[in-house]
Amino acid sequence: MAELSTADGDMAGERGTAGAGDTESAGHTAKAGDTEADAAATADTGDTVIATRALTKRYRGGQLAVDGLDLAVPAGSVFGFLGPNGSGKTTTIRMLMGLIEPTSGTARVLGQPMPRATGAVLPHVGALIEGPALYGFLSGRDNLLRYDSADPTADPRTRRSRVAAALDRVGLTAAAGKKAKAYSLGMKQRLGLAAALLQPRRLLVLDEPTNGLDPQGMREIRSLVRELASDGTTVFLSSHLLDEIEQVCTHVAVMAQGRLITQGPVADLAAGARGRLVVTTPDPGDAARVLKEQGVSDVVVAEDRVTAEPPERELAEVNAALVTAGVRVRGFGVERASLEDAFVALTGEGFDVAG
Amino acid sequence: MSRAELTEPPAQAAKPAPGTRTPTPLWTLGLLRNELGTTLRRWRTIALLGVLAAVPVLVGIAVKIETSDGSSAGGGGGEGPAFIAQITNNGLFLVFTALAATLPFFLPMAVGVVAGDAIAGEANAGTLRYLLVAPAGRTRLLITKYATTLAFCVIATLVVATSALIVGALLFPLGELTTISGTRISFGEGLGRALLIALAVAASLIGIAALGLFVSTLTNSGIAAMATTVGLLITVQILDQIPQLHAIQPYFFSHYWLSFADLMRDPVYWDDLIRNLQLQGLYAAVFGAAAWARFTAKDITA
Repeated sequence: MAELSTADGDMAGERGTAGAGDTESAGHTAKAGDTEADAAATADTGDTVIATRALTKRYRGGQLAVDGLDLAVPAGSVFGFLGPNGSGKTTTIRMLMGLIEPTSGTARVLGQPMPRATGAVLPHVGALIEGPALYGFLSGRDNLLRYDSADPTADPRTRRSRVAAALDRVGLTAAAGKKAKAYSLGMKQRLGLAAALLQPRRLLVLDEPTNGLDPQGMREIRSLVRELASDGTTVFLSSHLLDEIEQVCTHVAVMAQGRLITQGPVADLAAGARGRLVVTTPDPGDAARVLKEQGVSDVVVAEDRVTAEPPERELAEVNAALVTAGVRVRGFGVERASLEDAFVALTGEGFDVAG
Repeated sequence: MSRAELTEPPAQAAKPAPGTRTPTPLWTLGLLRNELGTTLRRWRTIALLGVLAAVPVLVGIAVKIETSDGSSAGGGGGEGPAFIAQITNNGLFLVFTALAATLPFFLPMAVGVVAGDAIAGEANAGTLRYLLVAPAGRTRLLITKYATTLAFCVIATLVVATSALIVGALLFPLGELTTISGTRISFGEGLGRALLIALAVAASLIGIAALGLFVSTLTNSGIAAMATTVGLLITVQILDQIPQLHAIQPYFFSHYWLSFADLMRDPVYWDDLIRNLQLQGLYAAVFGAAAWARFTAKDITA
């Protein structure tokens, strides 16, 4: 019991310092000074859960998997980590979890350096990395008991009840006694999630958590993620499914070919991508001609819709010009960009192209 | 030896960080308990132990049939494993015979399979990454795996010895026995010697266990690690038979294996037994260190 209260005290202390450093850390992303780097990283323990600096991994054979990654995951966010297959997402996650040594650069998780502080950091982190991995000859329950006993900070006296609670949370109570090799892919995925939820966590790292799940299962995972996030857990969610990210994430980072293309709040990213000017009209040919005359570029005609790059000038004048030229306008406006548009704009290519 | 390994609290990366409570040493033993239970629940392990238990049964029945006409076992020509001729006089000798028969191949093969599978098998199944992010700690996991393998050495040897004792008691008379030196010892003392011999045999497997564990850290394929370890075992056994290599033979892990028979002398001839233990210790130190160096620096990509 004494141990418990010290631990709590320490954690509170940590948050306290973090709070004091708030004002400073706001500017830290802009700072690149090497001497200030460490101080800034310590200061923002409380509000940046994952912080990497020029994180790079080059595999033997020279393949550059991750190239100079500067990632900042705010505490309490649901952080979408987006990128095509082979863009370096999993390598990054493995470096964050201390499984892979970076070639250069640093990674801090919960304010402590990885992979040096794995023993202190990882008990607070639940992870699902590249799909679940189970002992097929053990039951679902025994799988969780094994993973829990691997954690030296997990109290063996509460082990059984925590395992039962985790199984219940992912809806596997009924199948808990079944051998894991008899599980469907979706059930394995749930069991993997349950392993990540064995203890209260400050950070959950979920690599493609909805892989292999049916639509119902995907919905359940999404609501579970939201529920966890509302409890204050930071969720780091990697995916190659755009709408998954768009539905649950507050922040997003986009990777392509080992590089970080952008990161920030989802709303900012979508807003950053320029929308399209859309004119709905029964006279698309005339409309396109007038728009071109008005200096509007990238005009595309599709049946009764004419879309174009929104011009710099006042849109009302463009509309007036259309009407003056006798074009019958049914609809006129700028359509907001989706995350997918943003992604295509950033990478200049379709999403499912492997890097 | 294995007791020491079992009770020794695994050396955790000694950096108590703020914000985390330091686990009590007893809690970390939970992993060892779980590891032992998991290993013993694998079908592969059960099958290996089953084969080992069957060897004394086969030897016992063979000797019984061969001697049913009153002739002596082994045709009197000194053929077959050590002590086989004495089995008909005293069932206890079946323990020694069975250990002598399984030590050159069956026992080390079983240990090689378990040791080779230790890390590589987990990597193969992908469970290694989850154990490490749990976080089991690489040093702690490696020590746990080695301790489990050593425990398996003891269990496997005791399975052979126990099976042999039961079969020997059922098929042959028990009683006072004659040592190699020609003196008579009581049945009780004979049992004590049998236990000592079982422990000496188990200790003979320390080297191959460390070697297998090291091989296991080199690959992500459990099958490859098992095959390599068993292959090394066979290679060393063959090289140990080539007279031209006598200069390096004392460094083969199998060179002093049959020294356990010296425990049946009166007084016990300790020299080779001690050399065997030293050699096994050397293997454990060298390959244990190599495994540690490799495993703690390895990128876990499986």
